[in-house]
Amino acid sequence: MSREPVAVTGIGQTKHVSARRDVSLAGLVREAASRALDDAELTWADIDAVVIGKAPDFFEGVMMPELYLADALGAVGKPLLRVHTAGSVGGSTALVAANLVAARVHSTVLTLAFEKQSESNAMWGLSLPIPFQQPLLAGAGGFFAPHIRAYMRRTGAPDTIGSLVAYKDRRNALKNPYAHLHEKDITLEKVQASPMLWDPVRYSETCPSSDGACAMILTDRAGATRSPRPPAWMHGGAMRSEPTLFAGKDFVSPQAGKDCAADVYRQAGITDPRRQIDAVEMYVPFSWYEPMWLENLGFAAEGEGWKLTESGVTELDGDLPVNPSGGVLSTNPIGASGMIRFAEAALQVRGQAGAHQVRGARTALGHAYGGGAQFFSMWLVGAEPPTT
Amino acid sequence: MRSPGDFTDVAVVAFAQSDHQRTTDELSEVEMLMPVLHDVQRQTGLKAGDIGFTCSGSSDYLAGRAFSFTMALDGVGAWPPISESHVEMDGAWALYEAWVKILTGEVDTALVYAYGKSSPGSVRDVLTRQLDPYYVAPLWPDAVALAALQAQALIDAGDTDERALARVATRSRTAAESNPHAQLPGARPQGDYLVRPLRKGDCPPVGDGAAAVILAAGDRARELRERPAWIRGMDHRIEAHSLGVRDLTDSPSTRLAAERAGAFERPVDTAELHAPFTSQEVVLRKALRLDSDSTVDVNPSGGALAANPVMATGLIRIGEAAARIHRGTSERALAHATSGPCLQQNLVAVLEGDQR
Repeated sequence: MSREPVAVTGIGQTKHVSARRDVSLAGLVREAASRALDDAELTWADIDAVVIGKAPDFFEGVMMPELYLADALGAVGKPLLRVHTAGSVGGSTALVAANLVAARVHSTVLTLAFEKQSESNAMWGLSLPIPFQQPLLAGAGGFFAPHIRAYMRRTGAPDTIGSLVAYKDRRNALKNPYAHLHEKDITLEKVQASPMLWDPVRYSETCPSSDGACAMILTDRAGATRSPRPPAWMHGGAMRSEPTLFAGKDFVSPQAGKDCAADVYRQAGITDPRRQIDAVEMYVPFSWYEPMWLENLGFAAEGEGWKLTESGVTELDGDLPVNPSGGVLSTNPIGASGMIRFAEAALQVRGQAGAHQVRGARTALGHAYGGGAQFFSMWLVGAEPPTT
Repeated sequence: MRSPGDFTDVAVVAFAQSDHQRTTDELSEVEMLMPVLHDVQRQTGLKAGDIGFTCSGSSDYLAGRAFSFTMALDGVGAWPPISESHVEMDGAWALYEAWVKILTGEVDTALVYAYGKSSPGSVRDVLTRQLDPYYVAPLWPDAVALAALQAQALIDAGDTDERALARVATRSRTAAESNPHAQLPGARPQGDYLVRPLRKGDCPPVGDGAAAVILAAGDRARELRERPAWIRGMDHRIEAHSLGVRDLTDSPSTRLAAERAGAFERPVDTAELHAPFTSQEVVLRKALRLDSDSTVDVNPSGGALAANPVMATGLIRIGEAAARIHRGTSERALAHATSGPCLQQNLVAVLEGDQR
């Protein structure tokens, strides 16, 4: 039996902010889920199953919070799955939900990812204590900065590339009402003058810590015919993992990322991603990861990714817009960040992205990664249903 | 949508588990897991690179660190990179995710594993962190106390009494004498009350352990195992979180999952139930229509009362049921897994061997 085509017919996000003190965890997820249902013009009764994802439970101090959230998610009497694959979790969660539809186990699935980072301090939550790790790192930035340095050394990219990415993403965020950071007075000079946190990553080149949730309604062909707005269709999806540390690991361009993209492109019939993909929502928590992932995902030859950034190709009005939503650099509820990438890619091909819409976007890639650049999840969505 | 009868082409072809122990201070989680992974690989002749999809279940709150599953991945041999996912749930739900992945037709084999070390902390307190963080968790009602509430509700409803609960404990641990992996083999005194009406004997042992399963589809399954344990149906359901809105003497989520899995279409000969407390077996028997005078062999492994490596215990139920089919001692078996306080979330799988 071939896969059932999967459509995205509803998308909902909360307005991402540094602290949602006005809502509980349940209130936060309920808000995003209700908006996704409204978008699809469905009710809770139309949902067959719920798939939820988030990053480490320590961030909110609740062990397996989906148990407590079952009521808020309308899941009572239904199947509820909880995915956790580190930073890639938002993407992985959407893919697990999509498989329930693709395998014809369920018709219509609510998938949701969230993080309420104001409940704790994510940076120290990500800094593992003795005896698990030597006390050498402070947060994810401390882990990734050396790999960015390696990229710069390898490619000879000028020091300014990172600030160009941050300046672009923060300006894009001004067009996205749900983005966390709305820096109306942002300038390139301000980015370049911001304090150095983890050399070469400056404060303005770093993702914020956000409270937020993102939800999607995934459904089959029959469900898509009832969609009040154009659906986004899934053309490919994949996950890949590799160990955290091993001799010969390429942290700059991990093999798992390359393999994951190749699998998605194969499923979707993409042979020239640079030409065939109209918009990319990629997981860029530190500015330099845009050129790094452009190469890893096959949009540029090895060593050439920074040139796309430098020449404006990845700007909202460029030839290959990257993170028109403002990306992780503008919004980062960690567990939800991957799903926001997937959802924003879907918004683009549905033509529903509002002021940050990429004109004529028909095919878009959503990308997430996590752990020590070792977990990858991606999907490719299109305005048309898949033909095979 | 598929009906239960459509799920006929995926089977459990290998199962392995560790010897469950009260403490494993000398072992990391990876070291505890690796022999089990090697065991299922040896049983099938499959290497990491031969397997289409890998999915695991574990909890950071047992490990005491964020992203604990990333270290476990080192034990899998994920190089070259593998297609892999993880649930922060009992491994039975990891098996569910892997089963769905095979049903999409993308892959024909999957490795599922789960592990948990309860020994480093006080698991009955750790589990309080699962509760409503605003209204319940601050009171730290521990897992035994909540199970005792449920047990008392059953006694008050006339569904059981302390002597009947003691018989569940004795039967389970006597059965575990033939299970070389059990932590508590052999009947033992019920001991003092832990939380009335539950005595020590009504409660599961605290311990560490790991388990792994390999799934395969169709002819691939027949190549890998002489008598595959075909998954005829599988479903899981969750109930409301607040104990105050639930009837603790019943398990409607188990009953619904069993219906959707096709469990009631024909009788089973074996049932592996994930009932950490004796009283919970009473609830599950009611939901699954396994009367105490039924001929169904319930928990021939000894169940969770004989070994309870949290996060792996549910997966082990599926593995134990499948292993009996592999050995030819069962034709049709039911496996059940649970999660959350007082059986909040439940999964039911129905497994069968080929007709002989």
